[in-house]
Amino acid sequence: MLKYASRGERIGDAFNYVVLALIAAAMFFPFFYITMISFSSLADFLRSDVIFWPQQWVLDAYRYIFQSHAFRQSLQISIFITIGGTLVNLAFTSTMAYALTRPHFGRRALLLGVIFSMLFSPGLIPSYMVVKELGLINSLWALILPGAISPFNLIVMRQFFLSIPDEVTEAALLDGANEVQIFWKIILPLSKPALAAFALFYAVGHWNSYFSAILYLNDPAKWPIQVVLRQIVILNQPNAALGDTQFMLEHQPPPQTIQMAAIIVATLPILLVYPFLQKHFAKGVMIGSVK
Amino acid sequence: MKEATLRKPVAVATDHRAIPYERPSSRRRLLRRLWRERFIYLLLLPGVLYFLIFRYVPMFGILLAFKDYSPFLGIQDSPWVGLENFRRIFADPEVWTVLRNTLYISFLQIGFAFPIPILLALMLNEVRRESYKRVIQSIVYLPHFVSWVVVIGIATLFLRSEGVLNNALGQLFGMAPVPFLINPYWFAPLVVLEVVWKEAGWGTVIFLAALAGIDPQLYEAALLDGASRLQRIRDITLPGLRPTIVILLILRLGSVLDNGFEQIFLMLNTFTMHVGNVLDTYVYFKGIQDGDYSFATAVGVLKGVIGLILIVGANRLAKRYGDEGLF
Repeated sequence: MLKYASRGERIGDAFNYVVLALIAAAMFFPFFYITMISFSSLADFLRSDVIFWPQQWVLDAYRYIFQSHAFRQSLQISIFITIGGTLVNLAFTSTMAYALTRPHFGRRALLLGVIFSMLFSPGLIPSYMVVKELGLINSLWALILPGAISPFNLIVMRQFFLSIPDEVTEAALLDGANEVQIFWKIILPLSKPALAAFALFYAVGHWNSYFSAILYLNDPAKWPIQVVLRQIVILNQPNAALGDTQFMLEHQPPPQTIQMAAIIVATLPILLVYPFLQKHFAKGVMIGSVK
Repeated sequence: MKEATLRKPVAVATDHRAIPYERPSSRRRLLRRLWRERFIYLLLLPGVLYFLIFRYVPMFGILLAFKDYSPFLGIQDSPWVGLENFRRIFADPEVWTVLRNTLYISFLQIGFAFPIPILLALMLNEVRRESYKRVIQSIVYLPHFVSWVVVIGIATLFLRSEGVLNNALGQLFGMAPVPFLINPYWFAPLVVLEVVWKEAGWGTVIFLAALAGIDPQLYEAALLDGASRLQRIRDITLPGLRPTIVILLILRLGSVLDNGFEQIFLMLNTFTMHVGNVLDTYVYFKGIQDGDYSFATAVGVLKGVIGLILIVGANRLAKRYGDEGLF
């Protein structure tokens, strides 16, 4: 369709390709480098060179962090919160999103209420008080319930349900089905791909979240992986975080390799779902941009 | 409003025999409607409860800002102090420092992190080989999905005194370690750099969607007229992107008092506190850590109200200058 107008444009094109490649390389480099270091051995560090490639690939760091009870436990908690939290998200968001597509008394007020909640927030402390008054401090539910619905996702999902032709619902209503049955037996099965996309986004959010845990959980035994990761890497206290036994302290690989391995383990689930995310997200964002 | 529309036909009824049944019948009609829609309310129930409890009950928490809250007395019995907490806000020099940090970081973000996705989208848009474009997109979108703990973790490992970058600089050029993480001068630039690394790629998605919506005929006509690539970008692509840019800028300006709580909270340390403490983190430190709930609530409420005014104002401004606005 488009033809090159001049040789100058062809050079411009080549320049564009090269610069994009450099940008992508710069963005990818940290992941690459951290992966490499996480597999490096003590010998690599003693060479005191800039390491780009381990001379000797070892799993010491990974073996070490998985020996830690605290680390394994934090992974379990993160998995629980991610799965449980996403199920709650989907249940709450999809029922309300669908109900808001049906004509009913007070719908306008509800929609306004949802939108207002996106524009104004009373801040951290009142929300914290509510969680506290509900007795959820130190409970994993505090990481799930306060974010049960993302208003933005709710509106995007409602937009998606609105795109399902009305005839489907009307026909079922004439056949004597009620709205709950229609939602469960017709709408949900029709929306599986969309729900999968929302599930992925919610799940990534749960896996990555750390602040609610810092806010609401005082008991380190309940910390999810991101909080433990913060302690290992950012606060630079791998020993305190991993709760070493004497054995572990004596057989410790270089701390950098431990820190980098912990980062890789915490990122791996994201990398695993990334291809699926990618398939969905462009569509999702576009639905969202059509306000 | 709904009730009024329901009552209207009854009010204009001239048959006086209908009058005794007027109120019951409209009420009954409403009840019948509610009963008919009962399954919809069942579906609404969890969501409405969620919004009431976690989004609207906290709005009553605003009352805390007008009290001197003490955990022992509870919200009910804590004494009212009127505007005392707000007076304290304006009298406290720390608040002004925090506000300055917030605005400085925000405007640095708007100046640098906002235009970069637009540039990147323009570059991606010029790539004609689809496979190449997809590979680049896959890589630059990835950091968006990584947690802030991982991002700051990576930054820590690379930038601390014994970190990757300082090691490399030391070994290659014999440089003394640069204390990136504890030097206050580096704090705001690092905030922006991290945001760019994490979000620049993802930020292109919305611009690319807008670019895909530009009429290809415009480009064909421009080519026939012999327009160069830069002329096409200047006269077709950028005007096509304008509404999207305006809307996103409105959103960003409306949230100028927010600057990524999660990120900044993770980056703060004793050495950078005076330049990095922003409104959100200040509320956390004052309220949750120091237990000065009422004061922290007042700061949060003030921030929420200003944020609301800003976003509504920015939206109105955009509409006045002929753009579509957000709502």
